[in-house]
Amino acid sequence: MTTDTPAPGDTINGGVALVRALELEGVDVVFGLPGGATLPIYDPILDSSMRHILVRHEQGAGHMAQGYAHATGRPGVALVTSGPGATNIVTPLCDAHIDSVPMVCITGQVPYAAIGTDAFQECDTTGITMAVTKHNFLVTDAADIPRIVHEAFHIATTGRPGPVLIDIPKDIVDQNNPRSAMQWYEAGDSDMELPGYRPAGAGDPEAVRAAAELIRDAVRPVLYVGGGILKARAAEVLREFAELTGIPVVTTLMARGAFPDSHELCLGMPGMHGNYTAVTALQQADLLVSLGARFDDRVTGRLDGFAPDAKIVHVDIDEAEIGKVRTVDVGVRGDAKLVLEALIECTREMGIESQAERGAWRSTLSGWQERYPMFYEQSQPGDLLKPQYVIEQLRDSNPADTIVASGVGQHQMYASQYWKFDYPYTWINSGGLGTMGFSIPAAIGAKVGMPDRRVWAIDGDGCFQMTAQELVTATVAKIPIKVALLNNGYLGMVRQWQELFYDERFSGVELGADVPNYVKWSEAMGCAAIRVDSPEEVAPAIAKANEINDRPVVVEFRTDPQENVFPMVPSGRTNSDVVVHPAQRGE
Amino acid sequence: MPHNRFHTIVTTVENKPGVLARVAGLFSRRGFNIASLAVAPTDDERFSRITFTVDVESAPLEQVVKQLDKLINVVNIRELDPQSSVDRELMLVTVEVEEGHRGTILELVDDYRAHVLSENHSKMLLSLAARPARLDEFEELLRPYGIVELQRTGRVALPSLEENS
Repeated sequence: MTTDTPAPGDTINGGVALVRALELEGVDVVFGLPGGATLPIYDPILDSSMRHILVRHEQGAGHMAQGYAHATGRPGVALVTSGPGATNIVTPLCDAHIDSVPMVCITGQVPYAAIGTDAFQECDTTGITMAVTKHNFLVTDAADIPRIVHEAFHIATTGRPGPVLIDIPKDIVDQNNPRSAMQWYEAGDSDMELPGYRPAGAGDPEAVRAAAELIRDAVRPVLYVGGGILKARAAEVLREFAELTGIPVVTTLMARGAFPDSHELCLGMPGMHGNYTAVTALQQADLLVSLGARFDDRVTGRLDGFAPDAKIVHVDIDEAEIGKVRTVDVGVRGDAKLVLEALIECTREMGIESQAERGAWRSTLSGWQERYPMFYEQSQPGDLLKPQYVIEQLRDSNPADTIVASGVGQHQMYASQYWKFDYPYTWINSGGLGTMGFSIPAAIGAKVGMPDRRVWAIDGDGCFQMTAQELVTATVAKIPIKVALLNNGYLGMVRQWQELFYDERFSGVELGADVPNYVKWSEAMGCAAIRVDSPEEVAPAIAKANEINDRPVVVEFRTDPQENVFPMVPSGRTNSDVVVHPAQRGE
Repeated sequence: MPHNRFHTIVTTVENKPGVLARVAGLFSRRGFNIASLAVAPTDDERFSRITFTVDVESAPLEQVVKQLDKLINVVNIRELDPQSSVDRELMLVTVEVEEGHRGTILELVDDYRAHVLSENHSKMLLSLAARPARLDEFEELLRPYGIVELQRTGRVALPSLEENS
């Protein structure tokens, strides 16, 4: 609560109104960096109950808001200034848009009368962000602030979640400007003016029934589970449905943890770097029940050869996703949780005993799992460290509810493949946009939202150099995240493609493992830092890192630059051409 | 009749700044060209109607229509079937009137129920509101006389009444 809580009808300025409106939405933390256009907003923040976390780059504020939202389910909030402040947060907005992450971004803007004059630090923020937000607003009247803030949170968190931006000209929040005066009111749902916004609720019962019939008759069905299950808070009901029907589950990169990896029905991650069984199960299924997934190219491989014999049930809250990529047999537009509940009811009515016999399918799947487990070659004494080994050690020496935030590249795939995700909301990554540098700020945001949980960022050396400055934020704001830096001295995933598809002609991928000196750099940012070169040092270093909780810790693991991610479905090939680890081939 | 790749989409949108840019942006990011566009407030000043014609295959269009429907400011959207809708467009055209041509041009004006809005010794400014195909014909018939300047509004359309009965 602000010290002077305004009463309805009180004349206050737009800056105070904005801060109060954010408090009323339940915002407890704002990630931001001030500038000229947001000065009048930063003044009332001093009197607010909201915690402000001062970032070192606006991109950090955006990814922190995303990490917070991923971990807590509540919308993350970022506050940045006009011009470069706004352009610096475009990447996180785009990231949140494609991964459906609820966040609200507030940007300062030059005074209303100066808009369009190329004023200092002016840019067309709403124009620039139109394509990377679920919606954006340009506030032109201080009286609209409470309503627009309420609308923004409503839009960000309902339907298919996403980022919403509010651009606020300086004059209407500036207490010294008469244009900022407004009569305070608390905006509720009845104040919203959104005649064109109708988020989906429960699915059409007839479509649900048709889906249940396809499920009943399928002999080789798979539940193809995407990030929408997590957005719908539907992990428990998914488990109930899977156990009721005995249908195996794959969890996409965005859905890791939505179904427990240790469950007997869990096949793990499908896609370009999915495990053999998950990839092949999708490919040979006679029915895919897609739940909050969008048939991304990284999952389908070459589309015309994807799951050729499968009928498709596609459940999605977004009508535009249904049939976008793959023609469906039954489409159900609705909230995944409500649709799953209806499917469970329908299945029970039809009688579980009426389900097709799937014993043969299950034994085929377990045969594949036995024959093609995840595999890498352990390093011999004196050899370079294997990145997969590092992930396994991290996994085994941390609690099962540890939150893992990843960057983008090989380390992201190793983390998704070798961690065991048994709880929802423990895996945070940039799936759709593939934003390098995501992990450190996302981990910070997650730790802020879930301070009692252990949070590890799993990062690569290329990613680390993009956003490491936020470790300063973490140190100063006392956010003790842990960073596992897998340093192989390369932009490893690009290097892997050049090795496999460009005749080992390595172009522009060598970063060098020794410069910068990551230990010194981390220490300079106030972190504890440990360097690990050999396998026997791994476990002790992780144990030591886990004991340090008064500041961030960076553990630099020097890993083998020649190690590649397998299995792999080569780009442009179908999932039937999945390539397993070289040691598993040729039998 | 329009070529079968041409589709007429009618949307009701909130009458707010930037809405047209949002709608147009969904077409431009896919490289679809908007062939015709008309925007004006409806009888309810809170809403505008945008009528546009695009030259595109049906499948990608269906995807764009779904995306349009997701825009917060778009209240509703429908594709009009040419068989069960009426469309009209307004054209203003200034045409050269050489010695001896005035009578034949006036006959054309009469045939097409066009109007003479302004004239002098060498030019006439005509208007015609009709089906877009009729405008095309009129334009072609005037062309030999010399078109000085021509402006069309883009089509507007509504479902014909049979469909609603």
